[in-house]
Amino acid sequence: MKLSLGPVWAVAKKDLLLEVRNREIVISILVFSGLVFIIFNFAIELTRVNRDTVGPGVLWVAFIFAAILGLNRSFIIEKDGNALEGMMLSPVSRDTILVGKTLGNLLFMITALVVLFPVFTALFNVNVLKVEIIVIAVLATIGLSTIGTMFAALSVNTRAREIMLPVLFLPIAVPILIAAVEGTAQVTQGGSWSEAAEWFQVLAAFDIVFVIAALLTFQFLLED
Amino acid sequence: MLTGLNLEVPRGETITIFGPNGAGKTTLLRVLGSLTRPDRGTISINGFALSEQAAFARSTIGVVMHSSLLYGDLTARENLRFYGSLFGLNDTESRIDTLAQRLNVAHRLNDKVRDLSHGLEKRVSFVRALLHRPRLLLLDEPESGLDQNTLGIFEDLLAEFRAAGGATVLVTHSLERGLALSDRIAILGGGRIVFDDRSENVTIKELPAIYRNFTGEVS
Repeated sequence: MKLSLGPVWAVAKKDLLLEVRNREIVISILVFSGLVFIIFNFAIELTRVNRDTVGPGVLWVAFIFAAILGLNRSFIIEKDGNALEGMMLSPVSRDTILVGKTLGNLLFMITALVVLFPVFTALFNVNVLKVEIIVIAVLATIGLSTIGTMFAALSVNTRAREIMLPVLFLPIAVPILIAAVEGTAQVTQGGSWSEAAEWFQVLAAFDIVFVIAALLTFQFLLED
Repeated sequence: MLTGLNLEVPRGETITIFGPNGAGKTTLLRVLGSLTRPDRGTISINGFALSEQAAFARSTIGVVMHSSLLYGDLTARENLRFYGSLFGLNDTESRIDTLAQRLNVAHRLNDKVRDLSHGLEKRVSFVRALLHRPRLLLLDEPESGLDQNTLGIFEDLLAEFRAAGGATVLVTHSLERGLALSDRIAILGGGRIVFDDRSENVTIKELPAIYRNFTGEVS
């Protein structure tokens, strides 16, 4: 495994430039999540009691499903014109390409969350604009973008990629989802920093496991 | 599928590979470009073993394939800058300008690739393939979509590349052009090289009959 920062940033920067042009990934995450927030807002009768417990679940489930749309899209743009093969014909390693893609996806997810958090706070009257929840969000998106990119790369060459990605990604993402929901709920219910820190540790542990797994497998994912 | 293939392309030589559809021509280029891993056998490109030093080998290869390998929503220049950064070039801008002038596409460098015609997109593909000064060119039907003027420029570039010691593996269905551009011709049939000879030993009149004899198909 040979990683160099220059090409990693070049790949991520190219994805950011494409996103600035198209606004396809972030917009699709925002629209889907926003719609789920609105639907749940009408579907569930929120009270002062259940708002803080139900809200975090809605927030993270909506975000994770929306993230799948963005992850799929981030590899579909690579199939257009076979540009992924163009990168593979360069001297950069397969891992470098996928680490760059992961960095791009991480930035898209964080950008989407920056917009979604205030929207969620306004719709559900649950304040998620707290430092502890922002730490949880950053840790969760590191793990989600890492395994998401891994499975998106794996499924992009399959015919049923739209189905394949969630089938592969969601079961593995469950630990992150649980930790993010529980950690967020802990904070919204007035838990202390140290209580939230337990979930930081769980998320950080999963991030480490997923990043190591991704770095070990990335080089094989783009083989023909 | 390729089997029992033994091919050596010395520096400064252009070899043209002919063959019917499905003969393995594109697969051969994909294997040489390290896009497809062979089940067995060894490949050495410019002294680098592809199985162990793929990155070094790839840094010396330029590829033009059927698809442009470009991002439609980026401009031609942005695409080329991106490839320049992947190859670690220090003189990307001047290389882009020089090659784009040469291929008569400089006036469209700031247009999105999606807005270019197929021929212009192909010219940008050539710029991309030559950007990092490769020593081996892998060309898969490069003439498709090019007008007569650009074909002339392409042939001149190929001649210069060959004169500078570059090796070229060219895949084409055009017997006439393939024979004219190459030092050697080979016919691929059923995943094997069934004919291989110097170009000067074959005339364009004989070539269709040779092709028919070895492939069972009309060129």
